[in-house]
Formats: sequence, structure tokens, C-alpha cells
Amino acid sequence: MDFRVTEDQQALQEGIRTFCEGRVAIEQLRELEGSGGFDADLWKELAEMGVFGLRLPESAGGVGLGNAEAVLVFEELGRALVPGPVVWSHLAAGLVDGAADGSTVVGGLDLCDAASGPHLVEHLDRLDALLVLRADRVSRIDPKSLHGKPVDPPLDPLTPVHALVVIPEGETIGDAALSERLRLEGAALAAGSLLGIAEQSQALATAYAKQREQFDRVIGSFQAVKHILADCVVRQEAARAAVYAAGATLDDPGVGDVERAVRGAKLVAGEAAWKNARASIQVHGGMGYTWEVAVHYYLKRAWVLESVFGSVEEHADALAERLASAA
Amino acid sequence: MDLRYSDTDEKFRSELRAWLADAVPGHGDPPPTHDWPSRRAYDTGWQRKLFDAGYAGINWPKAYGGREATLTEQLVYYEEIARARAPYIGVNFVGMLHGGPTLITEGNDLQKSSHVPRILKGEEVWCQGFSEPAAGSDLANVQSRAVRDGDVYRVSGHKIWTSFAQVADYCELLVRTDPNAPKHRGISWLIMPMDLPGIDIRPLPTLMGEGEFSEVFLEDVPIPVENRVGDENDGWRVTNVTLRFERGTAFASEMYQLQQFLAQLVGVAKRVTRHDAAAWDDRALRREVGHLQAELDALWAMVKLSVSETAKTGMPGIGASAIKLFYTELYQRVCELGMRVLGRAALAREDVGDLPSREVLYRALQSLSLTIAAGTSQIQRNIISERILGLPREPR
Repeated sequence: MDFRVTEDQQALQEGIRTFCEGRVAIEQLRELEGSGGFDADLWKELAEMGVFGLRLPESAGGVGLGNAEAVLVFEELGRALVPGPVVWSHLAAGLVDGAADGSTVVGGLDLCDAASGPHLVEHLDRLDALLVLRADRVSRIDPKSLHGKPVDPPLDPLTPVHALVVIPEGETIGDAALSERLRLEGAALAAGSLLGIAEQSQALATAYAKQREQFDRVIGSFQAVKHILADCVVRQEAARAAVYAAGATLDDPGVGDVERAVRGAKLVAGEAAWKNARASIQVHGGMGYTWEVAVHYYLKRAWVLESVFGSVEEHADALAERLASAA
Repeated sequence: MDLRYSDTDEKFRSELRAWLADAVPGHGDPPPTHDWPSRRAYDTGWQRKLFDAGYAGINWPKAYGGREATLTEQLVYYEEIARARAPYIGVNFVGMLHGGPTLITEGNDLQKSSHVPRILKGEEVWCQGFSEPAAGSDLANVQSRAVRDGDVYRVSGHKIWTSFAQVADYCELLVRTDPNAPKHRGISWLIMPMDLPGIDIRPLPTLMGEGEFSEVFLEDVPIPVENRVGDENDGWRVTNVTLRFERGTAFASEMYQLQQFLAQLVGVAKRVTRHDAAAWDDRALRREVGHLQAELDALWAMVKLSVSETAKTGMPGIGASAIKLFYTELYQRVCELGMRVLGRAALAREDVGDLPSREVLYRALQSLSLTIAAGTSQIQRNIISERILGLPREPR
């Protein structure tokens, strides 16, 4: 057992991070706000870097890596708030032609929790295919056949949504087992991004606390502020361990209970993301309440990711059921 | 990012599991908490069995009789100890986790040979004489005064929170040898035999009603100078060596055991009735259980990550404070859930009916000490914000 991130994994993660810092900096994100949060050129570049085909075998044109690497990549996409249906297009690689190379933009809708409508579909205008997960099947729908009502404004300025009352059956492309697998993998990837959000929210707040002065001292010298930030570190480190364990367990199910590891990771990372983002707004004080300071984007994206592939509540209930049936 | 234990680790696990399967039931039930002579016999007896089976001092060097197990084997050890519900380290805590490792690192040959093997075999019990009424979180403020008088230091002072003083043979004692130096530079670390004249031990009942703590009053206690570990006035550095052993994986078994405790509480919730239904039918309760399980699993993954880092770099990760803070606050939440599951059965500290009030209440009350001992949660938050985040330091 060596649970550390390997050198190769670290190099992969740093590569994605460097790319995002140069290509998806906060100024560039602000520009995308006006155009629905989607950048076709960025999408091609992400595809070229192997973000979507990461876990596809090399024989099928992919990178041939595993879930452990995928959660690291999605940690960086979360940290940079990379917009677009990145999780769904990654999941669709190998299922939908063109998903891996970015030529087909695939979005998705998770209906496994059987929530009542209207259903909010992300990035509908930009999609070439829509995957729908139901408890008993996976289906594919042509987005052009959907007539949703655009929501203006959406919660996350970089995640536009359309409201649909009815979701058609579509073409069935997989069974319950595939649906369950995609949902678990999706939960792990979303958890990776939530971890990135938790870390960046903390980092922004810490940087601000080191330079903002009140009462002739930086506010980061007050224990009231230091302890908020220390709690952010604890949440982020718990989320990191849980998310990496989920990736490693998906790749090697012999080391643990896959469902327990993934559900736990999504729960802990989800909570870390929104709590750290909320703490970050608080530490930023009045500025944290403005549109100009970027922390609100993190909180909003955390809510977007929290709502898919199972909420904190769903995973907590499911974990409790599993524990009870084993007891 | 590999979570798979090696074949060697798994072989170690199966041998240990087989041994524990016989040894744990064979050691019988623990004696009543107030019966200190029996507790000493029970805990040191278990330590001796560990020693005879080759499992004592799992992380101690082979040269000192330890197992010198790899860090992953140590994790396996803590998992199996927890799974088998083996006896707690008990009165051996200070010797095995503080005094012994400190002597191995900082002691001279005579100090090592006179104490280390005896601690390992359960023949020698140590207690901790660090804290004082005015030296809690600010430990370097110790005032107990040691005055050199020929071959001895004459020590007078007042120690508090001294664990296991009633049954200890030796005490790891922090004293002030230079009252004029800055507070971190006038401290020495001494081995105090508990049978010296001038030592008055007064039990300090905790909110549990009894417990392992005492106050120890020292009046002109003659401690041989040769019992000093490290140089005179270099005791603060030695103390930091001691406290480092308390972090790391010292509480790994307890962390792992919390998972079993949570599962046990689920079993209780399924058999007690509340409002004409099983307590387990309460969705809010179930949700809290699921939540806690996710966090306990995250904690264990943090331990694995920290152990993996330590194994490769030789340095305990900077995350030890985060683990301690997370673990102790999580422990208290699990215990509070246990109290709620028991309902009015939590008014009893002995089992009532088929409800495990004794264990739940013991854990719930004892858990209140966890966020205070070994660096309060507030001190841990200071450490995290200063050492990890680089925020301005508190006064020291």
C-alpha cells in the first residue's frame, strides 16, 4: 500500500493545472459569462489533452488511465471552474461517438433519484447528445428534439439551464448495471471537482486574510478568522483522502467497498465544497458579497455539482441502509 | 494511489488475527475502573502477552526488542487490534508511547538498559508529569523548581493531570532548572522514581467520577542528576520529541474502532422502540449515521495517506493536527448519537436491559477529554492556520 499520488499522477495533475491557469483564468471565465459559459475552442483543447478520453483504452483512442487519475484531473477542473458538461462528456467516451475527441458535446441528466420535474438540463443549447440515467437504463436523446424553456438567470452564471417538464424515453443504450456504474463514476468525478472547489475557496480566503487589514492588523492574525480557515483545511484534507480512496477503490474493487467509498467521497467533498465556499465569502467580508470578487462562482458551482449523482442526503441515507443491512 | 496491502502485510494480518482470536478471550474481561491494582495487573499482563508473542512495541526498533514493523504493517496491527476488541493499552500508555520512545531517542545507555526492556515487557509502569495548574496549553510555563544539590536535584512543585500516578513506578517529569532563562530554555526532562520521599499523590476525580488522573505534589524530592534525559535546560526540545510520539498513529486503533461502535449503535437503534416504531425508522437518525460513516471512512483514508507519506519521507505528515482535530470532534458526535439512541437508558452508566449504556456512557463522557488533551482543538486550529496556511503566529 502506498496511497500517495504517484509521480506520474502528480505530473498529469500539474499539467492540467498549468493549462487551466493559463487558459481558464478568472478573467477568461468572466468573458464566458456573456456567451453561456461554453467555449468551443476550449472544448477542443480539453479533448486534445485527453480529459474526455482519459479512461478510454489506448486501443480505442483514449489515454488508458484509471479513475484514480480521473479524480485528480477533475480536481483541477473544479479548482479552475472549467465550464461545460465535462463530467458527462468524460462518462460518454466510448458510449457516444465523438465524445472522447470533443467533436460531440455530450451532456446528461441524472433521473435516478426519481425527482419530480421540471427537470433542469445544463448547457442544453450546446449539446450534440444528451445521456439520461434512470435506475433501470441509460438512454440517449437528441437535444434538438427537446423544447425546454431557458432559465434566465441561472444560479451559476457559467452553467446555463433549460427547464423541461417531460423527458422523452429516448434510445436505450444501456441497462441498469451501466446506469449504476456511470452514476458511481460520475459521483467520483464530481467529488473530485468539489474537492478542487473546496481547496480553491480556502486558498482565496487565506490569501485575502493575509493582506486585508483592519484595526491595524491583517485579519488573518485574528483567531476568529484563523480558526475558520483551519476548519476549511480539515474539510479539504478529509475530502482529499476520501476522493482519492474512491478513485483507487473504483480501479481496484478488491481493496474495499466501491459503493461505500464513492458515496462517502461525494458526501464529504460536497459538504467541504459548499462549506468552504461559504466560509470564503464570510472571510472576504463585504467584498465577498459582491459579484466582482470571484468566490461566489465557487459556491454556485458547488451547488451545481452537489445536486447531481446524489446529494449529501441521498448518500447519507444509502450509507446508513448498507450499514444496517450488514449489522 | 494504491490501497492494496502487500502479500507480506496480509500474511502478517492473518497470523496476528489468529493469535488475537485465542489471546483476547483468554485474557478475560477488564476489572472495574476504580480497582487500580487489578487494572495494572490486567493491562501489564496483556502487555507481557504481546511481548511473548512478538507484538509488543510494534513501531519500536528491533534493537530495543520491538517489532520494527513497517508502517503499513502497523496499520494492519491497529486494524486487527480494533477488530478483535483487544485490551486497551491502559496503564502502559505513558511508558509505551511517551517514556520508552523518548529514552530510545534521547536517553543514555544506562537509562535505556534500565527502563526500555522493562517497559516493553509490562514490568514497569510510567506516569506523565508534564502539566501544571499554570502550564496547560502553555506547557513551557512549567514552574516546578529543580535545585541542584550535589548528585541530586531537589524538586518542589505541583503537577496536575498526571495519568496513572497511583500505579506508576516512574514519572516523566518536566522541571524548571533555570528560572532566569526564557521559559523554553530553562526546562529539564527527568525520570522520577515514584517511591522517592516527598511525593504526595492525590486522585483528581474527573467528570467520570474516577479516572486515571491525579494531582502530584512534590516537596523537596531528591531526584538523582543521572536521571536527567538530555542536557540540563534542553528539556523543551526533549519534550517535543516525546509529544511527537503521541501524534502519528498512536490513536489509530481507536479511530478504526469507532466504525465498529457506530455499527453497534445501529444494532441498538434497530431494537429499541420510540413513538411506536423502531428508533432506526427515524430518518434523521439514519441520515446522521450515514453522514458519520462517510466521515469515519474519510478519517481512515486520511490516516492511510499520512502513513504512506511518513513511510516514504520518514517524517510524519503536516496533516497530523488536521487528523487529531477531525478525529476528536467526530468521536464526540458519534457518542452524542449514541446517547440519543439510548434515550432515557442514557441515565444509567451500567447496562440496562439489553442496552449497552455502560460502553456508550463511558465513551460519551470520556470523549469530552479528547478535544482538550494532547493539544486542545483550539491549539490544533492555531497550528494548522500557522504552519500549514502561514498565517501570523499567536504569542508564545
